[in-house]
Amino acid sequence: MSAPIIVEEHPLDILIRADRMPHIWCPGCGIGIAMRCYAQAILESGIAVDRHIVVSGIGCSGRVAGYMNVDSYHTTHGRAIPFAMGIKLARPELMVTIFSGDGDLVAIGGNHLIHAARRNIDINVICINNFNFGMTGGQFGPTTPKGALATTAPYGNPELPFNLPYLLAASGANYVSRWTTLHARQLKEAMLESFSKRGFSFVEVLAPCPVGFGKSNNIDDGLEEMVLYRNRCVLVDDGDVREDELVIDLREDQPIMIGKFIDRDRLPYQPVKCSAD
Amino acid sequence: MGGVVAENTILTGKHFMNGDEACAEGAIAAGCRFFAGYPITPSTEIAEHLARRMPMVNGVFLQMEDELGSIAAILGASAAGMRAMTATSGPGLSLMMENIGLGIMLEIPCVVVDVQRGAPSTGLPTMPGQSDVMQARWGTHGDYECVAYAPWSPQEMFDLTVLSFNIADRYRIPVFLLADEVVGHMVERVVIPSSEQIETWERKRPRVPPGEHFAPFLVEDDDLVPPMVHAGEGYRIHYTGLTHDEQGYPDMSAERHHHLVTRLVNKVRINQEKMIITESYDLEDAQIVVIAYGCTARSARRAVREARKLGIAAGLLRLVSLWPFPADQILEYASNQQTFIVAEMNLGQMSREVERCIKRPVSGVVHAGGAMIPPGKILAAIQEAAR
Amino acid sequence: MRIFDRTPLDIAEVHIPRGQVYLIPDRCKGCELCVQFCPQGVLVTSSEMNAKGYHYPTILPDKENACINCEFCALICPEFAIFSLPKDGGSGG
Repeated sequence: MSAPIIVEEHPLDILIRADRMPHIWCPGCGIGIAMRCYAQAILESGIAVDRHIVVSGIGCSGRVAGYMNVDSYHTTHGRAIPFAMGIKLARPELMVTIFSGDGDLVAIGGNHLIHAARRNIDINVICINNFNFGMTGGQFGPTTPKGALATTAPYGNPELPFNLPYLLAASGANYVSRWTTLHARQLKEAMLESFSKRGFSFVEVLAPCPVGFGKSNNIDDGLEEMVLYRNRCVLVDDGDVREDELVIDLREDQPIMIGKFIDRDRLPYQPVKCSAD
Repeated sequence: MGGVVAENTILTGKHFMNGDEACAEGAIAAGCRFFAGYPITPSTEIAEHLARRMPMVNGVFLQMEDELGSIAAILGASAAGMRAMTATSGPGLSLMMENIGLGIMLEIPCVVVDVQRGAPSTGLPTMPGQSDVMQARWGTHGDYECVAYAPWSPQEMFDLTVLSFNIADRYRIPVFLLADEVVGHMVERVVIPSSEQIETWERKRPRVPPGEHFAPFLVEDDDLVPPMVHAGEGYRIHYTGLTHDEQGYPDMSAERHHHLVTRLVNKVRINQEKMIITESYDLEDAQIVVIAYGCTARSARRAVREARKLGIAAGLLRLVSLWPFPADQILEYASNQQTFIVAEMNLGQMSREVERCIKRPVSGVVHAGGAMIPPGKILAAIQEAAR
Repeated sequence: MRIFDRTPLDIAEVHIPRGQVYLIPDRCKGCELCVQFCPQGVLVTSSEMNAKGYHYPTILPDKENACINCEFCALICPEFAIFSLPKDGGSGG
């Protein structure tokens, strides 16, 4: 070949609302990569596309719902998980996935996150962690590393961030893994595992946010953050990792642990049923 | 959902039942099979009763971690096709406000029961109030119309819950049941009809099968209600709380926003005659019109009877629905310089509406909440007006 | 021409996949992830621009047959703007 062949359709266009492309995310943003993995996972899941439901909240990651060509619900900030619980418990045969961001799921949505994990509701949560509130311009959030700069932390974030895999494991989730948008193959596999896992699944996806986060923190563009992932990420085999090792610190030359941390079979939530009289 | 419900799930018969329980049984009789709530006095009995009854009727009972989760969960269940309800009181209703807006914007039916108590803030948890009237009307941000019913007895707790589900489904809106602690906790005779006697109104459904081009928010009927698609039916619909076009896609334009919000408002306004319910007692020749609702209407009824015995031409217009505001019904009794008295357990929330409507001052028999307004107080106001 | 210490027994059957890159230029936002992460270094940012002013990738002149259809460009592109498909006639040696 001497040049790429110019076309107007992508093989995954059947699963996205191609009439709305190009999407709104910035050049170098990782959300599109995670969405592509999700679309591919849906196709490979063996579950009819019509049975897949995506629920999102507010934020850049929440916009995924608007681009996926499945029944999709773009709800209020932090409340995607209880909304999704309502759908799942009303129609248990549906495959319900919550696709949202660190601000939406962990800050305002934190209470619902831990309770849904505690109950072990059979839903899949994909949490895009780009270390800030991107949509509103780059404020710090509960996953922003300490000392990182943000528009509401001009002197450096004074707060310690959540250790999300640890939080979800302690809350009771059946499946907890962390990947990055660089690890696209593993990320898609993790989503497939979430679909087939009964109980609460949580996949944390580290993603570049060049405009909201990178720009203030010496990461010039999405590519540079992806290179950072390549250099710093360490794959954890069979969940053998200490909880303090799971904290993300982008400031020093600290490894970022990725992999599958929890894969267990606690009983998933079942609504109370009376036996037939 | 809809149609005939199995006979043994509805407790057909005569009961001596408390208002909260009657509301719960009304939900079950209406085909509600999903309840998500958080305990709060004086509505907790609704949750407790449904915790026991929902599993019996193959329904889902969820005690959520807070009221914000509760309202979100019932919207999700309704989006998936179930009739869904939550129950709370003033503080919990405040927490639910953002998602009530979501229900309005996504046009998802649901029933929100508010058993009012002394307010604001923690107030009087175990004592009645009627001060959430304006909160129901305007509590969430933006322009919208609201439908709210105010039962005055356990029987009405049953009947109006059934009606609320029908209105919610038919017009794709959240509907409020604004009860109060007195009506919620009092025990009275409740007659539960058989399933054939209970009307169930269906949601409007798409006229094309999945796969054919379908715009979920395109309104083709005069009632301004678009057909409802449920999760997992194959239509691949996008619902967003952002201002959206007929396809459901976000459309960030002033023109679209005005068009959408106006339609949502008019959807209730043009159908309001089917939503508004009032009851008149002795109003045909009344020169003094008392307006009251909920438990206060019971005192007002007594006061009007006593006034008649004293030869005063007083009558009661009981508001069974609080919103949409029954302007026409009130104006019917305002053409002859009648004196209007509004009795309510708040500091004049409905009085202001009546004044605005009849364009002259009204007398208020008001109390911030905590105890029923005694009939004597209303009678005194009637006598004062008669002078 | 590849050189081995020992000639693999199945060298006649092994085919290195060859791929053809497909591009939707109007979706590209010039993030250069595909360019940097292609294991064969097949892509380069071109001087051409799409309607939004982003430079989309093209193939390096001496890399015309280097694409092995690993599909990593497709995996890593956030924009659903690039993918590869097998090209006939891929062979070893």
